[in-house]
Amino acid sequence: MTLETEPRPAPAPARPGNRRVSAALHRSPRLRLAGLLTAPAAWLILVYIAALAALLITALWTVDTFTGKVSTTWTFDNILTVTTDPVYQAITLRTLRIAVVVTLIDMVIALPIAFFIAKVADKRWEKLLIVAVLMPLWASYLVKAYAWRNVLAEGGPLEWLGAPVGLNSPGYSETAVVLTLAYIWLPYMILPLHAGFERVPDSLIEASGDLGAKPLATLRLVVLPILVPSIIAGTIFTFSLSLGDYITAQIVGGTTQMLGTVVYANVGAANNLPLAAAVALIPIAIIMIYLFVVRRTGALNNL
Amino acid sequence: MKLSRSAKTILGVITGLILLFIYLPLLLVVVNSFNADRTFGWPPRSFTLEWWGRAVASEGVRDALATSVQVAVISTIISLILGTLLALALQRYSFFGRDVINLLVILPIALPGIVTGIALNNLFTTVLGVPLSLWTVIVAHATFCMVTVFNNAIARLRRVNGSLEEASADLGAGVFTTFVLVTLPQLRSALLAGGLLAFALSFDEIIVTTFTIGAGQQTLPVWILSNLFRPNQAPVVNVVAVILIVVSIVPIWLAQRLSSDSVAGTGAPGIGRGKIKKAKVSSAP
Repeated sequence: MTLETEPRPAPAPARPGNRRVSAALHRSPRLRLAGLLTAPAAWLILVYIAALAALLITALWTVDTFTGKVSTTWTFDNILTVTTDPVYQAITLRTLRIAVVVTLIDMVIALPIAFFIAKVADKRWEKLLIVAVLMPLWASYLVKAYAWRNVLAEGGPLEWLGAPVGLNSPGYSETAVVLTLAYIWLPYMILPLHAGFERVPDSLIEASGDLGAKPLATLRLVVLPILVPSIIAGTIFTFSLSLGDYITAQIVGGTTQMLGTVVYANVGAANNLPLAAAVALIPIAIIMIYLFVVRRTGALNNL
Repeated sequence: MKLSRSAKTILGVITGLILLFIYLPLLLVVVNSFNADRTFGWPPRSFTLEWWGRAVASEGVRDALATSVQVAVISTIISLILGTLLALALQRYSFFGRDVINLLVILPIALPGIVTGIALNNLFTTVLGVPLSLWTVIVAHATFCMVTVFNNAIARLRRVNGSLEEASADLGAGVFTTFVLVTLPQLRSALLAGGLLAFALSFDEIIVTTFTIGAGQQTLPVWILSNLFRPNQAPVVNVVAVILIVVSIVPIWLAQRLSSDSVAGTGAPGIGRGKIKKAKVSSAP
């Protein structure tokens, strides 16, 4: 353990009770660090890391069919079931499809607004627009899904809007899940893209223009390459958040099942925690693979 | 970039439309909480305050509200203590494993909620054998709320260097006196902002909560979820949803005003920039 701060000799006249502790802390930066770090590090490791490790182990256990209790018999059955059973494969593929489509939709929507906020709007407006994008980011996830249940409802506003042009509301379906998730995670895409556009120096854009490139060519050849890490940073959010969803599927999905739906069902009604743990490992594995693939692009420093 | 006037206008219009897309669904919930039609036929024909009256009178709603506040307050206090300690440790000292701890604190909000939820559920029920209760919810919430306090505190600590604390020590103040009279006042507004965000985060959390809450207990989001599919409760659910919007957005708005440091906590970049305010240092009495 190396420490930056060197102890320096100084008297410490504190209240008599605290005096000895204070003096000891003052003399030893290592002791101070230990005092600061012990509680939060212990919390994170004992609660969170222990929980994640236990999840991995539980996936290798099984449930006693008679007692319904988790029995600590080691087996790969759960892992095999979730990777080879066609039902789980179909659910995994559907969840992946939803996550990919949501990510693409958010990318398409976020690019123009992020560009406008960062490069076109004047500074006074920029701050206001950022807040405008940020506020609903913090509104409850549940309420946003619920809002879309209202939007998509039979006789709701979407039907009312679409009726004159002959469009129907998609009702509660996979399409509804995609729309709602795209809505909920949109700010997570706008913010990194905005930060990315901010990093593109104006001088570079002007130079490109001066050398005869049209705006679209400048966007494609100058701006986009600088923007790639930010785009990927945004996709990490929208992709991984969509992969783990189950509440939205429950609220607007009708019968649509996602990986999260299966996890929830197995924790609750089906009471098969080991199987639920094995299913939960799928999104973790997919996210890890995705992070591994994109690590070279520098996107991880943009999170 | 030299964009033509029309290109700028088009971009502006697109931006406006996207903002409408972001706000209209939330606005719809607010309007529908006054919609006299109990199936929310659109457009609303007449308005009423009946649903608000019913929500206020509902015992289930009041109990859930009290539970939510209780959970949010206690998890905020825990995360304030742990987040501040962690920020001080990571910012003021360099030690082996610092980057790992840095990653660890972000992990609970970086992984999907369902992973955190089932991992903690499994820890409590299978490994520790603790029955699920409000306390397991509080432990879970504090774990992911810590990061908002940590982010705000460490952003502030990066700006104010340790020279004032050294001066305080040189002038004879003990470690605790220095912390109370020098460090804490410098951190005050950042901690208030972080605490407000933690409160908002905990108050409307649903996924981790459903996995860690005991049977029969309800926070406000859990109440909404369990009443969502009951047609006769729909109007009251709408009112509670509006309450949830207000209670989660007001603290964010306050936090935003309190500190231009960071309203992050999502880890999303680009939020923390803004004009740098010098931390106010109140003189010691």
